[in-house]
Order: sequence, then structure tokens, then C-alpha cells
Amino acid sequence: MLTRKIELLVGLFILSGLAAFLVLVFNVANVEVKSNSSNYTLYAKFSNIGGLKVRSPVKVGGVVVGRVSEITLDPAELVPVVKLAMDKQFNQFPETSSLSILTSGLLGEQFLGLTPGFIDDDIAMLVDGDRIDDTHSALVLEELIGQFLYSASSKD
Amino acid sequence: MEHKVITEPKPLVEIHNLSFSRGEHVIFDDVSLSIPRGKVTAIMGPSGIGKTTLLKLMGGQLTPDTGKVLFDDVDVNKCRREELFELRKRMSMLFQSGALFTDMNVFDNVAFALREHSGLPEMIIKRIVLMKLEAVGLRGAAKMMPNELSGGMQRRVALARAIALEPEMVMYDEPFAGQDPISMGVLVKLIRELSDALQLTSVVISHDVQEVLSIADYVYVMADKRVIAQGTPAELKASEIEQLKQFIGGEPDGPVPFHFPAQDYQKDLLG
Amino acid sequence: MSLLDKVANLGRSGIELIMGLGRAGLMLWGAIARKPRAKDFSLFVKQLYVVGVQSMVLIFVSGLFIGMVLALQGYNILVGFGTEESLGPMVALSLLRELGPVVTALLFAGRAGSALTAEIGLMKSTEQLSSLEMMAIDPLRQIIAPRFWAGVVSLPLLALIFTAVGIYGGHIVGVEWKGIDSGSFWSILQASVEWRQDIVNCLIKSIVFAVVVTWIALYRGYQVIPNPEGISKATTQTVVQSSLAVLALDFLLTALMFGR
Repeated sequence: MLTRKIELLVGLFILSGLAAFLVLVFNVANVEVKSNSSNYTLYAKFSNIGGLKVRSPVKVGGVVVGRVSEITLDPAELVPVVKLAMDKQFNQFPETSSLSILTSGLLGEQFLGLTPGFIDDDIAMLVDGDRIDDTHSALVLEELIGQFLYSASSKD
Repeated sequence: MEHKVITEPKPLVEIHNLSFSRGEHVIFDDVSLSIPRGKVTAIMGPSGIGKTTLLKLMGGQLTPDTGKVLFDDVDVNKCRREELFELRKRMSMLFQSGALFTDMNVFDNVAFALREHSGLPEMIIKRIVLMKLEAVGLRGAAKMMPNELSGGMQRRVALARAIALEPEMVMYDEPFAGQDPISMGVLVKLIRELSDALQLTSVVISHDVQEVLSIADYVYVMADKRVIAQGTPAELKASEIEQLKQFIGGEPDGPVPFHFPAQDYQKDLLG
Repeated sequence: MSLLDKVANLGRSGIELIMGLGRAGLMLWGAIARKPRAKDFSLFVKQLYVVGVQSMVLIFVSGLFIGMVLALQGYNILVGFGTEESLGPMVALSLLRELGPVVTALLFAGRAGSALTAEIGLMKSTEQLSSLEMMAIDPLRQIIAPRFWAGVVSLPLLALIFTAVGIYGGHIVGVEWKGIDSGSFWSILQASVEWRQDIVNCLIKSIVFAVVVTWIALYRGYQVIPNPEGISKATTQTVVQSSLAVLALDFLLTALMFGR
């Protein structure tokens, strides 16, 4: 009673429903399974990461060179450790480079700004698994306002 | 059908003292009749007296308020659903509209009940279906959809479907209503032939007096919620009952009034 | 009319409502509380085609447009706060939590629900249902059950397609047109969408709506007054009642899921 065309279209319908489900699960809710081999990993410790999130971009002069792949808390020092997935294409950063958490716009999203350091003969390049020591934490707006109010009132 | 050798066979369907009403409206009041085996029995009466309802009561689709309907000595309203379904495999019904399944072609319509109930292989089903279609003269239309057929042809397909499972009894609901004279003639011929060839018990419900009297072996005439006359066609034609004479003669006014019951005409106009 | 009459009327409509619910429940119970047979599956697949596949174009196009409109309106508001990157979560969460299940259910009620009511109503008024009964075939099992299951399976799938397409619609407007960074669009979106809270709840909602819409559509068709006027009335009732039921249930479910 069923024609082949109906069976085929119903099959396609179910497939596209499942495809939509997979897109929602893996692409939208970002349930991680994939490991991307064209990346190398760097670590950085901050005292405060503010609103930094997994998959926030890492930028050099506005160019995206990598993304935050994981945020954990160092169990000993109790400070956030950020894992960066850096694009293999950009692997010429010296060890002296520094990372700061910046905000795009006044209320915008936060991202990591990478400032390449100076290059000298005895300075090696950052490779997979290295740690960036020179980090600047996020500016927390409430703290800034608090400090400003405090200093303004203490002047009187 | 070995039990047919008994000289006076027990009727296939017996209705005892049946009453039925829809809400306040009484449709049947203490009706009793019986349908003999292997004969064409007609139930006649003016429109709107619930002849179709009577068929549905016989098929167990409706339950009477009082009284009972026996099909081959089984009370159709007392048995469980599975038993009722077993009984229904032995009867079939030709609906007024044909009631063909609109999403299937003619062949599949006729094959439907066979595929559901017979468990026969498709090859044999195909042969049976073609034989049934041939019997109603529509083998050539097997691949057509019901809505491509005329009303008369649809009814013939429905007839082929009704006899597909070789039932013991076929109930015809107004088989002649709204047919042109040629289709009417074809249907009259088919009902008579099928009934004789398959030794079917046929119940024909109709108000087409001439056609019914030409094919029926026995006729019940209903009016006013009950059976007002019964007998062979010849007996009925000779009857002196006023209501019957009006019905058979087709006179506009008589014991069955032309006017729907209403209050006094003068009062209605002036008040 | 005296006060007593009014109270009696209220009582009568209450009794009728409960009787209707009872009949609808019996219909559904009769249809689905059966052991499935082998050929029920092909009936089900055929209905998946009628109910699901034939609604797909409508759902796809509506999802795309709703996602794009959402992104366009959202962008205009968010850009005033300089937080246009938050467009991603705004579009995705609106679609996942509300618009996906709800709009799909409403469209489904209009497209498939009304068609189901009309089809079954027509079957009833042309005595096809009675005819099945007289052939010793249970119309609940033959007609109602495959359509019910097809509706229950199709609507969640359609809601998923709608939501996914809608998010890509939002991506098209936000990223391709308005120039939001694709990375931050996805990163912020992904950071704020949660698998259990959002996607599972989206599925739960659409399954509940699927049951309700299909049930109402089938019941309205099955209980139709068998004439053309009855069918057109029943079709309208299906759309009105299932839309109201979807919106009311949506509030209830949202309160249960996100109200704490």
C-alpha cells in the first residue's frame, strides 16, 4: 500500500528531524565530543576571569587566534585556570607574551587579548602545553565603581 | 450451508419487541420481525422513519432500549466485542452512499476486508477481487479511484466489496435512492442474481415501491414507529389497509398526512 | 431567566464538558491500548507522510523567517546597549524555550490538525467509519491509532527542525547581515544554552503539545455531526481549541520548568 516515494520522504523527514536534534545538541548546547587536531593548547592563570566564558575568543590586535576551551579552578591556589585552544596557524608567540581579559564595548562580551612580547635569542616560542605567566585579570565594573566612590568620599 | 436442508429453516435474524428512541424522540415502538434465510426480505416505509437505524440495530452498531436482536440465535447486544466482530464477518452492509474508502482505488476497496480477515495470499485475493468486480461488471475500473466513478458505479463497487468475504447476509440501505433508471435496473438485477447465486440472505431497505416489489420474497411495511403490514408482494398489492394503499399507490395525502403536525392553521396565521 | 435556571445551565455545561472529556479519553484509550499488529506499522508510516512530511515545508519556511525577524528586532534593541553579541542567546533561547514548540504546535494545529479533523469527519459522514465497523474492523485501531502516533512523533521532530532552522535564520541576519562576529555569536550562544534546561524541556513541551493537538483534532473529527456544516464547524473548533490548549499548557509548563 505504501509507495516507495512515501517511504523515502518519510525517511528523509525523520532524518532531518534527527539532524536538527544533533545540531541543537552539539552545535547549540555544545555538548563536547570533537577533538580538533589543528589546535595547540596553552594555559593561563588569572585571579579573576570576570565574565569570560568557554569559547570566548582570544584576539591579537583584534584578530581571533584561538578560543577558550575550558575554565577550571586550580585546586591548590584556588584561582581560575583557563585552557586555550590556539590555532596552529598562529604559533609564533614568544614566552614573554601577556594575556589580559578585555571587554568589547562598555557592557559587551569579554574576550582574551594576547599581547605578543619581545623576542630575544634566549626567548623560546610558546608550544603546546605551555603556560602564560603574565596575565591581567578582568576589570570588574562594580569594584571599579566602588573604588571610585571610596576615593571620592575619602578626599572630602 | 448444510443446515439449509431442514424443511422450515429458522430465520437468520429475529427481532423481538424492539423499542428504540433517540433522546425524547421515539423511533421504534415494540417492533418484531424476522428475516428468513436465503430470501430477499424488504423493509419499506416512508422516508425518515428510521429504516437505516433498524439496519444499524441489526448489525449491533446501536443498542435498543428494550427488546432484542438475534442473529443466528446470538443476541448481538449481549455478546462481547470480539464475538460481535465474529458475527459481523458473516454479514455485510451496502451503505446508501456506498461508503467506499476514498483514499484507495476500486481494487483495494474490494480487497480490503479480504486482506484484513481472510489471511489468503495476495495472488488468490487478486483473483477473488477480479471475480467480484466481474460480477458487478466493473473489472475494467479496478485501477480507478472511487471519486472518478458515477454514483451508480460506486454503489456497484460497494456491492462487490460487500460480497467479497462471502457473507451469509447482506443488508442494503436504500440501494435504489437517487439512481437513474438504467443503474436502478442494473442494481435490481444484481441483487436478485447475487442472492440466488450465492444463496444470500438479503435485507433491502427502500421506499422505491416498484423495484422492491419486483425483487422481494417477503415485505415488511413500516410506518408510525411499527410494522403496519407484512406479506409477499402479491399479498400486499391486494391489501385493503388504507395506509398501505396510500404508500404503494403513491398518493400525496391519506392516513399518512401531507402536513407535518402543527397547531391550527388559522390560529397560527392570525395569532 | 431565573437564577436557578442559570445555575442549572452552568451545571449542564459542566456535565457536558466532563462527558466530552470522558468520551475523548475512551476514544484515545480504545485506539492506543492495543497490541500493535504488523500492518499497523505501514498505516503509521503513511500517516507520518500525511501529517509530518506534508507539514515540513511550512515549518521550514516559518522557522527561517521567525528566526530572522527575531534576530533583526533583537539586534535593533541590543545594539542600543552595545551588547549585540547577546543576539545569539536571545534568538536561541527564545526559540528553544518558547517559540519552537509553541509556534510549531500552532502551525501544526492549522495545517495537520484541521486536515485530520476534516478527513475523519468526511469518513464519518460518508459512512466509511460505520462501514469499517460492519466489516468487523475497529475504526479506532484502523483510523485513529496510526494518525495519533504519527502526530505524536511528527510534531516534536517538526519543532526540532523549526528551532534549528530558526537559529540559523538568526545567524544569517546577525552574522551575515549585521556583521556580528560569528565566533562570539556561537560562543555566547553555546555558553548560555544548556542541554537539560533548554533542549530537553523543548522536547518535553513539544511532545505534550503533540498529544494534545492530535487528540483534539481526532476527537473533533470522530464526534463530528455528519454533514458539511458539521465538518466545517469541527475543523474550526479543532484549530481554536488546540491553539488555546497549547498556549494555556505552555504557560503551565513554563511555570513548572522555569518558574522556580
